[in-house]
Amino acid sequence: MDRYEVIIGIEVHVELKTQSKLFCGCATRFGMEPNSETCPVCLGMPGVLPVLNGEAIEMAVKSALALHCQVRPFSKFDRKQYFYPDLPKAYQISQYDQPLAEWGWVEIRLSGGAPKKIRVRRIHVEEDAGKLNHMGQRLGDAVGSLVDLNRAGVPLIEIVSEPDLRSAEEARLYLTELRATLSYLDVSDLRMQEGSMRCDANVSLKPVGYQGSLEDLPRVEIKNVNSIRNVQRGIDYEVARQSEVLQAGQRIIKETRGLDDATGRTYSQRSKEEANDYRYFPEPDLPPLVLEPAWIDEVSHHLPDLPATIRQNLMARGLPEQDAEVLVQDREAYDYWSKAIHYHADEKLVANWMLSDVARLINARQESYARCSVGPQGLAELLDLMADGTLSGRMAKEVLEGMFETKETAREVVKARGLNQITDTGALMEVVKTVVADHAVVVADYRSGKDKALAFLVGQVMKATRGQAKPGLVNTLLKEAIGREDLTT
Amino acid sequence: MSEIWQCSASGLHAEFVDGALRAQDIVGAHLERIDAVDSQIGAFLYVDREGAMKTARMQDDWSKVDRIHHPLSGVPVALKDNLMTHTMPTTAGSKILAKFIAPYDATVVERLGAAGAIMVGKTNLDEFAMGSSTEHSAWQKTRNPWDLTRVPGGSSGGSAAAVASQMVPLALGSDTGGSIRQPAAYCGIVGMKPTYGRVSRYGLIAFASSLDQIGPLTRTVKDAELLYRIIQGHDPRDSTSLPDTADPFPMVGRPLRIGIPREYFTDGIAPGVRTSVEDALERLKMLGHQLVDISLPHTEYAIATYYLIAPAEASSNLARYDGVRYGLRQAGTDLLTMYETTRDQGFGDEVKRRILLGTHALSAGYYDAYYSTAQKVRTLIRRDFEEAFAEVDYIVTPTTPDQAFVFGERDEDPIRMYLGDIFTVTANLAGIPGLSMPIGVQNGLPVGLQWLAPAMHDLSLLSVARMLEMDPEEWIGPKGVKA
Repeated sequence: MDRYEVIIGIEVHVELKTQSKLFCGCATRFGMEPNSETCPVCLGMPGVLPVLNGEAIEMAVKSALALHCQVRPFSKFDRKQYFYPDLPKAYQISQYDQPLAEWGWVEIRLSGGAPKKIRVRRIHVEEDAGKLNHMGQRLGDAVGSLVDLNRAGVPLIEIVSEPDLRSAEEARLYLTELRATLSYLDVSDLRMQEGSMRCDANVSLKPVGYQGSLEDLPRVEIKNVNSIRNVQRGIDYEVARQSEVLQAGQRIIKETRGLDDATGRTYSQRSKEEANDYRYFPEPDLPPLVLEPAWIDEVSHHLPDLPATIRQNLMARGLPEQDAEVLVQDREAYDYWSKAIHYHADEKLVANWMLSDVARLINARQESYARCSVGPQGLAELLDLMADGTLSGRMAKEVLEGMFETKETAREVVKARGLNQITDTGALMEVVKTVVADHAVVVADYRSGKDKALAFLVGQVMKATRGQAKPGLVNTLLKEAIGREDLTT
Repeated sequence: MSEIWQCSASGLHAEFVDGALRAQDIVGAHLERIDAVDSQIGAFLYVDREGAMKTARMQDDWSKVDRIHHPLSGVPVALKDNLMTHTMPTTAGSKILAKFIAPYDATVVERLGAAGAIMVGKTNLDEFAMGSSTEHSAWQKTRNPWDLTRVPGGSSGGSAAAVASQMVPLALGSDTGGSIRQPAAYCGIVGMKPTYGRVSRYGLIAFASSLDQIGPLTRTVKDAELLYRIIQGHDPRDSTSLPDTADPFPMVGRPLRIGIPREYFTDGIAPGVRTSVEDALERLKMLGHQLVDISLPHTEYAIATYYLIAPAEASSNLARYDGVRYGLRQAGTDLLTMYETTRDQGFGDEVKRRILLGTHALSAGYYDAYYSTAQKVRTLIRRDFEEAFAEVDYIVTPTTPDQAFVFGERDEDPIRMYLGDIFTVTANLAGIPGLSMPIGVQNGLPVGLQWLAPAMHDLSLLSVARMLEMDPEEWIGPKGVKA
């Protein structure tokens, strides 16, 4: 493996969540009745013409600026031509030689390493194709295919990286940071399972000492992988496979490969030797896209806080790096946290509770931070009750579970279950005295130096109070009670 | 005026407004005229008798105010069969769209409807508007009303023949390289191609998107203006449609400088055409206008440029006819066979020839030499006109180098057919308006004169052309059609 350097470039397609499609007024909703979200324009009927969706351009420009790209004041649309049943016009309106934006970068941070800038070569706008549903187990033995054109014409941006990535881990970091950045712009659902974010990874091995152009290395494109984890697996597999091929003295074939989710192996789909000629030419139905530099500036001044800034802020506020990272990368979690600290001042405690107990319950119940039975204000109230001593940590966990189950507030759960922590010293002392009296042998053990015996006595007090006693106070009171008996003996 | 069907559109509308004629009588007379002569001409692919009569009956109940507010009420109109209509089939003259009913109306069809026009049917054309004789229709021949052994021109041959044989006073056509002006010249009527972007292309079955433009075919210039005013104007559904700005001040009523491009008056012009055009130029001089010798130096490259750009765009625009969603589908054992058989059986030879030309011109390795170079020459041609219009107000040329030819004459020689477009393609390449009007009859066939104006001067073009009309009310029609 040391004889080769791994070279990876990634293309990401992101569906923009505009109200309507890129060139017509149809809705972009996912999961609707097949072909219900279509019109003559996105069906590619004779005589129809495209009209560009301004919202899509604004979202694309925001994305480009957030990825530090230079937005071209002049770009144009081109037709990319090929026949396939999911492509109604037999061409896709895309951008070829004058894309919307170029020359950007995404910064990744390898654990223990210095930050590294991965260059973004270009970002362009294009329309999505429809979907084929094959009637059969596999494409090979399908008896037919049904065409669903709901997705045809949904706006996409394609983000193309330079071949700057050197490992599957770097690819993962790049994609994670890219997704986090776009999530704060609110431009896409970014759901890889649903296809609103799709990745193709180009992998090649460069022999050490090779001086030629990276473009000339035979590269393999792993297409349509449905999760970042699988991108990583696919790359790992490809690196191993290609180095075996090379070490056996064979040649790498330039081709497109798919990833088998079950085995983590890639398999050949089509050879690129017989590459398509897409016959790109300028789209005559659309005038060039001219953006006022002043408008581009305006958009750039209204960008929200992005991961780099947010990460810095969180660390400056004393959050542990790991917690900060989780919040940055999950925009919903970060929004939840931002709201919760509005109501409860201990920011680190909020993060801590969110990322342990709240996260566990969210996962178990298949909720998310955005659709969570316990909102940020609810969590803040619970933490308040802990802070004023009404609840112990252990009790708070129980209350939180109750809140998830009943959708009630922390106070309502505490009241319904009679869970107030006993902070009245007089009342608690009565219980302590009873326990000491009932367990003379254990008390004697403690007196003779067996410290562990005290824990048993604390447990008995907690049991008698159904857990509502404050453990620290019980400790003090027990020692006090036993000590007093010492004096009387 | 002895017969209703001889009347101009503006005349019919005026009589309808006054109550002198009922819409039912107007439509009925035209349907009878169609019944009487279209078996000889073959202009119509579809006649919507019931629809037209129903609209007429409805309009007969309208008040005078309603009639005035609908400037085409009471007027029958025919549509070239590449304009989408949801009440009549739209086939583009191709088997691949046999019996196809559009799910929507073209913008121009909507505008005609809103203006009260009574749409009587769809007219024949060269398949997908590719041709200059209407011989390339998959459905039928259309004959020239002046001489039934000759072609009416094309591709809007059906619309031109329908208007010339007085089956309708108005028709719409489309013009990509001369497809309105050339058949207008061959049939002795007025045909206008507006400035690119003046008329919405939404619902026009695309041939070459950067060249296509819809326009009127009529017997008088006045009727052409009437129809043009209805169909023109910005359409948000067509991104290449121009904003609504007033036309520049019409350049009429003063001595004009009229450019005569020397590259258009070559030996290739038929003697009859030359005689009539020279007569017309004499009349312009007698009217006090100045004829100016000008040069459009890139004219010799126009045909080559046009026959790269138009087929390139056509190859792309026609790719959607793949048998998957609508139109003809020939089943195949697999996807590729289905595509190949459908397109092989659905398209005619001329369409296939142009798809091949265009596909080749856009191929990797040829794009720069062909398509890209053609676009550069197109810019030079546009600049030729800009420079010329800095010197002159209008340009006048023959519409075609020759008159209507007999069927089959150019079947075996597509290049000769293409060369016939020499005087008309430049207006499409430059995006400027052009109008052909009848200026004489030679050897029993009409001759057309072409006016060209700077972009946006559509209305002034329509005004200036009137000065050469013999008699704006009495059109000199063909003797060939007997009813």
